Amino acid sequence: MTGFDLIAPHLPVLIVVIPLIAGFLTPIVGWIDRRLPWYWVVLAMFVVLLITGNNLVTVINSGTIQYKLGGWDPPFGIEYVIDLLNGFVCLIIAFIAFMVSIYSKESVKKEVPGKTTPFYSVFLLLITGLMGMTITGDIFNFYVFLEISSLTAYALIAMGDRGDGVVASFNYLIMGTVAASFILLGIGYLYAVTDTLNMADMQNILPGVYESKVVLAALAFFMVGFSIKVGLFPLHSWLPDAYTHAPSTASALIAGLMTKVGAYAVIRFMFGVFTPDFVINTTQMTHILAWAAALAIIVGSVLAIAQSDIKRMLAYSSISQIGYILLGVGLANMIGMEGGLLHLLNHALMKCALFLVAGAIFYKTGIRNLYQFKGLGKKMPVTTTVFLIAALSMIGVPGTVGFTSKWYLALGSVDAGQWIFVFVILLSSLLNIVYFWRIFDNIWFGHPHEIENIKRDEAPLTMLIPMVILAFLCVFFGFFAYYPVHYVIEPLSEALLGLGGVP
Amino acid sequence: MMVTEINSITPLLAVLVSMIASVLILASGKYPNLREGWTFGAAAIKFGLVISMLPLILNGKVITYTVVEMLPNLPIAFKVDAFGILFAITSSFLWIFVTSYSIGYMRSLNEHAQTRYFFCFAIALSSAVGIAFSANLVTLFLFYELLTISTYPLVAHNETPEAISSGRKYLTYLMIAGVSLLFAIVVVYHYTGTTEFSFSGIAGMATIPQTTLIILFVTFMIGCAKAAFMPLHAWLPAAMVAPTPVSALLHAVAVVKAGVFTALRIILYVFGVDLMQDSGIWLYMAYFVSITIILASVYALMQDNLKKRLAYSTVSQLSYIVLGALLITPHGITGGMLHIPYHAFMKITLFMCAGALIVTAQKEKISEMNGIARQMPITMIAFTVGALGMIGMPPVGGYVTKWFLLLGAAELHSMILIAVLLVSAVLNAAYFFPVIYVAFFKKPDHKLAYKEAPLTMLVPLVLTAIISIVIGIWPDAPGMFLDIVEIAVANVTGGGI
Repeated sequence: MTGFDLIAPHLPVLIVVIPLIAGFLTPIVGWIDRRLPWYWVVLAMFVVLLITGNNLVTVINSGTIQYKLGGWDPPFGIEYVIDLLNGFVCLIIAFIAFMVSIYSKESVKKEVPGKTTPFYSVFLLLITGLMGMTITGDIFNFYVFLEISSLTAYALIAMGDRGDGVVASFNYLIMGTVAASFILLGIGYLYAVTDTLNMADMQNILPGVYESKVVLAALAFFMVGFSIKVGLFPLHSWLPDAYTHAPSTASALIAGLMTKVGAYAVIRFMFGVFTPDFVINTTQMTHILAWAAALAIIVGSVLAIAQSDIKRMLAYSSISQIGYILLGVGLANMIGMEGGLLHLLNHALMKCALFLVAGAIFYKTGIRNLYQFKGLGKKMPVTTTVFLIAALSMIGVPGTVGFTSKWYLALGSVDAGQWIFVFVILLSSLLNIVYFWRIFDNIWFGHPHEIENIKRDEAPLTMLIPMVILAFLCVFFGFFAYYPVHYVIEPLSEALLGLGGVP
Repeated sequence: MMVTEINSITPLLAVLVSMIASVLILASGKYPNLREGWTFGAAAIKFGLVISMLPLILNGKVITYTVVEMLPNLPIAFKVDAFGILFAITSSFLWIFVTSYSIGYMRSLNEHAQTRYFFCFAIALSSAVGIAFSANLVTLFLFYELLTISTYPLVAHNETPEAISSGRKYLTYLMIAGVSLLFAIVVVYHYTGTTEFSFSGIAGMATIPQTTLIILFVTFMIGCAKAAFMPLHAWLPAAMVAPTPVSALLHAVAVVKAGVFTALRIILYVFGVDLMQDSGIWLYMAYFVSITIILASVYALMQDNLKKRLAYSTVSQLSYIVLGALLITPHGITGGMLHIPYHAFMKITLFMCAGALIVTAQKEKISEMNGIARQMPITMIAFTVGALGMIGMPPVGGYVTKWFLLLGAAELHSMILIAVLLVSAVLNAAYFFPVIYVAFFKKPDHKLAYKEAPLTMLVPLVLTAIISIVIGIWPDAPGMFLDIVEIAVANVTGGGI
């Protein structure tokens, strides 16, 4: 028996355990040498990435992985379940976290001077929380990890812009706590009616008690709670400040991941705790979600146009983009669901790339006002090219990932007979053009005479590499979306909508 | 009719050549001669690759290549048929001339950002050929959007507030068009489960309810705003702020022809001849584009800026092409398709002359061109050739397409459409003859010495003028445009002329 065979059965849980332990050890590592924590985080994230990749492959090949924590049988013990849905989301988390961790080296040094060690410690704990929320099959355990991820996020945001960061963090704390309370209440209600905390178990028991008003209330509480967590309009007010004032690295991480995991939770709770028939037909919850999402798409885009701070603009754009994901889910048909799930991946790639670019520009120039970007195309050609690709992807130009999800969402809306959503999606891509194109104009079409003397001055390599990889993937998956769709998203949507449970 | 399909990577290579060249252009920005060398090389190779496929097409074959399955059942694929290669030959052949012309133009004016200019130009050419070879609507849409984006920096090239605002206008029109096109494509996919072009139209289209079908057609045509139908034409005169070679190749050939090419693909290869006829859409659309033909000519009359006058002339001429396809008769379609290369050669000559006037005499307005032919006789003779072609006077090419269009209209016994074509010819004469008159017969304000544009500019415009005459004298030479068009028409109508 080799060492690997010993570890192999525990691989599923390691994606939570590794960041947790690494997080607690970071202060020691940092105490040894202040430069070490970066290497430590990158290493931890790389290992997690490999394991999540392995997990997803296992799930695709041989079905769901169930892991009993401490050997206790569910429904009494806590169970970790990795199926296509959370295997897929975990991989996104691990990949984005890995990219951001590489990027963080110089950025953190500059933006949170003297606090790099605590920053990385909290960074790892945030990943722990997100991973835990995603793979757990236990609804209360979910809440615990939700709190871990929220508290760490508050801490990261508070490390940002002097003063503003703390205020933004406090706002988020209030809203986040309200959300968490709703979710906790919902969990309590469901526990009261079903006497179980295991999600799969709960799903088996719930159909018998659907008449109960308590169940309805629980569903409503979950939806409100998660809507706050994902920043669904009109419950988004915490999000722009939080994204804007957090350190660049944290913005990229939180924007790329927090809302994705929130969206994951919406999907998991709707289709993995409640049953599709209940949320689609009985309560029409998907219908409500679709309309709210459509509203978010438009309002988010319009508000983004009004911003002059690039990070704030990207934040509003996130509000709109999270609408895409939830619209796809809310359409509740095969194609729409595929679009929503695909956008989960796509948006993580593009939005993370955009926030990293914003961070790199801020690192080099200290500028966040997009009207001051004149001549940047000459100063930072690679960074701005990444921006171009990611922004075109947000617009949904074919050949980028943005197009594939837009295609599915538009087609899904037509299939559902909801023409208005088609218009919403298409209008939104026009609005995206408006708010991105003025940045293009500023970057490349300034006044030629003013920028003649600008010399090339690129961001450091540790920043460039992750950005370029993300931009490359934006294009790669624009042409090769067949693979994620065929192996993960198609079977997943079928399972979510068809049989009820997740495969 | 059976068509043999041959699988070959050549179409992909033909598209990629200029993409690869664009990277090299960017990399060698510091060495202008090397940079322009790449452009020349790419133009020659591209044309060679395109022309190498011609013999197979003339034998009635079709070349296919699937690049990648982007999403399940949604491939990025190429299919080279007679109609596609017609457009590809036109744009890749003319790129060679315009490259030479660009070098003369940009260096004479000492323009800034020349690397960006040649970079975007190469990408735009890739997109144009990509549109020509697209096997389905999604592939076509990919290149259609790429063409819009890659030409924006060319329109906004000057970076003056005027250039930027024209660029914005350009982008607004074409992006709204793109969204409209995407919507239509989604609807087609929803009803038929495919977006692949077919000689007789996409099979499932007939099942779409009539009202939806009409809305679909309208959204498709809005999507073809690159064809500059009125009232969606305003971007084209605005785009004239771009350097003249851009106006010449892109806004007289590649971009606008991509628009009409797309319109024809949709009319003939998505809806199909039969469905167009059964649904009666063709007649309304034919009247609609007739309005553009007449009105744009009237607008052209009112322009004093030569490039703007040419732009409105383009708007009018583009609608000839669409009108031809809408006539649905073999003669009409022949006239429409044939007008794509014919108009290209004539109009590019005119634009290159206009650019030569700007560079050599610094004159943009017709009212300032008194006696300019004494200074630039060769340029103005070439201009006259182009203008006569536009009016439809033999032996310059234009009369051939007019003849086919008139035949098509006559076959339908439509007096209105015949009248439209004739009135338009008169209007063409009305806005071109004054230019010729002013240039040759008006006395110059002060004495003008002979001074022509540099050879890099003069040679291309003389050559295109000569070609315009050659295609008028021997339109039916073997392997020439008429041969290609006849195959394309036979494909869509199931018979020959």
